[in-house]
Amino acid sequence: MSKRFVSIWFRYLRTDWHSRRQPHLRELPFVLASPDHGRMVISAANSNAQTQGADIGMAVADARAIIPSLEVLDDDAELSARLLKGIAEWCIRFTPAVGIDLPDGLLLDVSGCTHLWGGELQYLTSISKRIKSFGYNMYIAMADTIGTARAVARFRKNITIVDSGKQTAAMLSLPPSALRIESEIIERLQKLGLRQVSNFINMPRSALRRRFGSSLLLRLDQALGYEEEAIEPVHPVEAYQERLPCLEPIVTAKGIEIALQRLLETLCHRLQHEQKGLRKASFKGYRIDGKIEQIDIGTNRPSNNSIHLFKLFEIKTDTIEPALGIELFTLEASKVEEVVPLQEKIWGNTGGLDDIGLYELLDRIEGKIGANKIHRYIPDEHYWPERSFKPAASINEKLSTAWKVDKPRPLQLLSRPLAIEVTAPIPDYPPMLFRYEGMLHKIIKADGPERIEQEWWLQDGQHRDYYVAEDEDGNRYWLFRSGHYDIAKSYQWFIHGFFA
Amino acid sequence: MPENKADIITQLRKDILPLQRFKKNRGNTIGEPLPPAITNAFPNAEFPFGAIHEFIAAGAEDAAASSGFITGILASLMDSGGVTIWISSYRTPFPPALATFGLAPDKIIFIDLKKEKEILWAMEEALKCKGLAAVVGEITELSFTASRRLQLAVEESKVTGFIIRRNPRAINITACVARWKITSLPSEPADNLPGVGFPRWNAELLKIRNGKPGKWEIEFATGHFRHISKMTILQQEQQKKTG
Repeated sequence: MSKRFVSIWFRYLRTDWHSRRQPHLRELPFVLASPDHGRMVISAANSNAQTQGADIGMAVADARAIIPSLEVLDDDAELSARLLKGIAEWCIRFTPAVGIDLPDGLLLDVSGCTHLWGGELQYLTSISKRIKSFGYNMYIAMADTIGTARAVARFRKNITIVDSGKQTAAMLSLPPSALRIESEIIERLQKLGLRQVSNFINMPRSALRRRFGSSLLLRLDQALGYEEEAIEPVHPVEAYQERLPCLEPIVTAKGIEIALQRLLETLCHRLQHEQKGLRKASFKGYRIDGKIEQIDIGTNRPSNNSIHLFKLFEIKTDTIEPALGIELFTLEASKVEEVVPLQEKIWGNTGGLDDIGLYELLDRIEGKIGANKIHRYIPDEHYWPERSFKPAASINEKLSTAWKVDKPRPLQLLSRPLAIEVTAPIPDYPPMLFRYEGMLHKIIKADGPERIEQEWWLQDGQHRDYYVAEDEDGNRYWLFRSGHYDIAKSYQWFIHGFFA
Repeated sequence: MPENKADIITQLRKDILPLQRFKKNRGNTIGEPLPPAITNAFPNAEFPFGAIHEFIAAGAEDAAASSGFITGILASLMDSGGVTIWISSYRTPFPPALATFGLAPDKIIFIDLKKEKEILWAMEEALKCKGLAAVVGEITELSFTASRRLQLAVEESKVTGFIIRRNPRAINITACVARWKITSLPSEPADNLPGVGFPRWNAELLKIRNGKPGKWEIEFATGHFRHISKMTILQQEQQKKTG
C-alpha cells in the first residue's frame, strides 16, 4: 500500500495563539519581538500587521514608524514547540502517527486512515474545519511523500490533494524554496535564474551535486518519492499495549491479580490472532500519588499463553506497593516475535529441547532466581579439561563438534585443582600414596600418564601429566603432576576430579 | 490348597499396587536400565520410573559414585530425546565425562543454586514439568514434608527424580520411593591386566516401597550395568590364584 502524508502549515502560529487568548488583538496589527544585538526584532507578525508592512526580521522601531498603532508583545522562543506538541497530541484522533515539523508545521502519516472519514477531501476538510474553529490559520495538503505534501501546503491554496503518483507534476511549478534546503543554496539557484523546480529537475545529477551539494538531490528525491522518509511520531506507537483504568483505586493483592489477568487475556487473545508471542513485557500500575509501580518479565521464546505469563508475573507481584491505590494498569509487550507453531505429538510428550513445557519452566526459574544460574554446555575444541566445554549461547544451539569420549574423564571435576602431598616413585610413575583433606589414600591401581599440554596461544604455564588412580577402598581419583619431574625446579601434584 | 492360596495372595498384591499409587510405567518405551537381579527387587519387577529416588552419599567420592550410577540410569531415560535438569549447590558434574555414560551432555540443563530452599523450589517446579525425562538434585537435608511435595509432583507428571544427599545430618524418614547407597568398589580389569578397570560399585537398596531391599555389586561397562554375582567373584579369585 502506498503511503499518504498530510502536512499542516500554521502560517501565524504564535500570533494566532495570542489572539486566541486576547480576542481584542484579532482586529489590531500586532507583532511579537525578541531582543537581537541590542534591539528588538520582530519574530512573528499577524496578518493585519503583515498587510500593513511590518514583516518578520524588521526592527520594532522601523515597524512603529510605518504603523504607529502597532502592538508589540514579548516573544517566547519555546512557544512554537510547545504549541505544536499540544496540537500534535490533539491530532492523534485523526491518525496515530503525528510528527512535529518545526518551526511551524505538523506532519501526519495518514496511510489507511482517510476512508474512515469517507475520502481524502472529507478527511482534510474535517481537520481543517476543526483546527480553524480554534482560531488558527492553517494550510493543509496531502501527497505520497512528506516533501511534496510540505511544499504544496506552503505554496498552494488552502486544501490541496496531490493524487497518488502525481508528485512530480505538483512540484514542477514550485520555487526551489519549497524544498527544505539551506538559504544559501536557494540564493545561488535564484542567481542562476533557476526560479522553479522544473528549471533544474532534468539537469544531470552529477552537475547538480557538484554545484549545489548532495542535500539538494536528497530533498528532491525525498519529495519525488525515490528516497524513503519517515516521520517521528510524538507518541511512538506502542503496538502491543493494553490499558485498564479502575473506577476505584485498587489496593489489594487480589485486585492487582485480577487486573493483571484481564490485561493478559486481552493481550494474549490479540497475539494469538496475529500468530505472535511476546518475549518481554512490563506491567505498570499508576498510583494515585503519581508514582509508577512496574514489574518486568522476559521469556526464552515467544509466548502467548496467558496462564504461563501470569505465573511469571505472579512471582513478582508482591513487589508492587499499591500505597493509597492504583488507578490505572497498563500491560505493554515491548518485544514481540512470530510464534512458530510446533507439531503436537500424541505420544511421547518428551519434546527434547524444543518442548514448550521446558521453556515455561526455565522462564519461571529465571524470573525467580536469575538467568545467570541456568547453564547448558556444549563441547569446545580444546584438550585442556577446563576449556573442553563451554556454555551454550542459547537453549537450542546446535553442537559444532562431537563430545570426545576416547579418554577417561572424571564425573566430578574440581573447578580448581587442589594441591596434594604425594609419595611417588621418580620420574614418571603414578603416586603410591597421597594425602587429601587429611586422609591418606594408598593407591593400588593406576592408569597413565596422559599428558595434556598448555595451550600456549591462550595461557602460559606447565603441562599436566594426568593419572587415573584407584585407592584401596575402590575410590577413583584424577591426579596430575604439573610439569616435569625435576630436582632443581619445583613441581606439584594436584587432585582434579573424582571418577564414578 | 496351598498353591491356590499363594496364587490368590500374589494376585491380591498386584491388585493392591495400583491402589497405592504405583502406576505402570509410561508406555513401557524405556528399557530396563538395571540388570534383572536388581530389577526383581522392585514392585512389578520393573524399575520405578516416575518416582523419587534418594541417594545417601558420605563424601565427595560417594557422591561421584552416586552420580555415576544415576547417569547410567539417565542414559536409558534420555534415550528418546528427553531433557534432564540437574540442580546442584556447589559442584556440577563435568559435562564431557557424562558422554562416556552414553548420554548427550548438551541435553542436560544445569542450574546452580546456593540455598537449599531455592533448590527444593526449583526441583518441585521441574518435577511438575511433563516434558522432562528426569530431574537430579543435590541437596543435604530433605524433610518429610519436602519429600512428600516432590513425590506428589512426580506422581502427577511421571518424571523421574533423583536426589543426592551429601553428608546428611540424619537419615530421616522421607516419602521417597527408594533409598540407595552407592559406594565404590575396587575395579577388576579384564584378564588381570594392570591399570584401572570399569567403574564398579556396591549398590545398596536400603529402602524400597513395596519391594525387597538388597545389596548388589554392579559394574558399568560398554554402556550397560552388569551384575557381578558371587560366582563370578569366586571365579575371578580362582583365576588369580591359578594365575
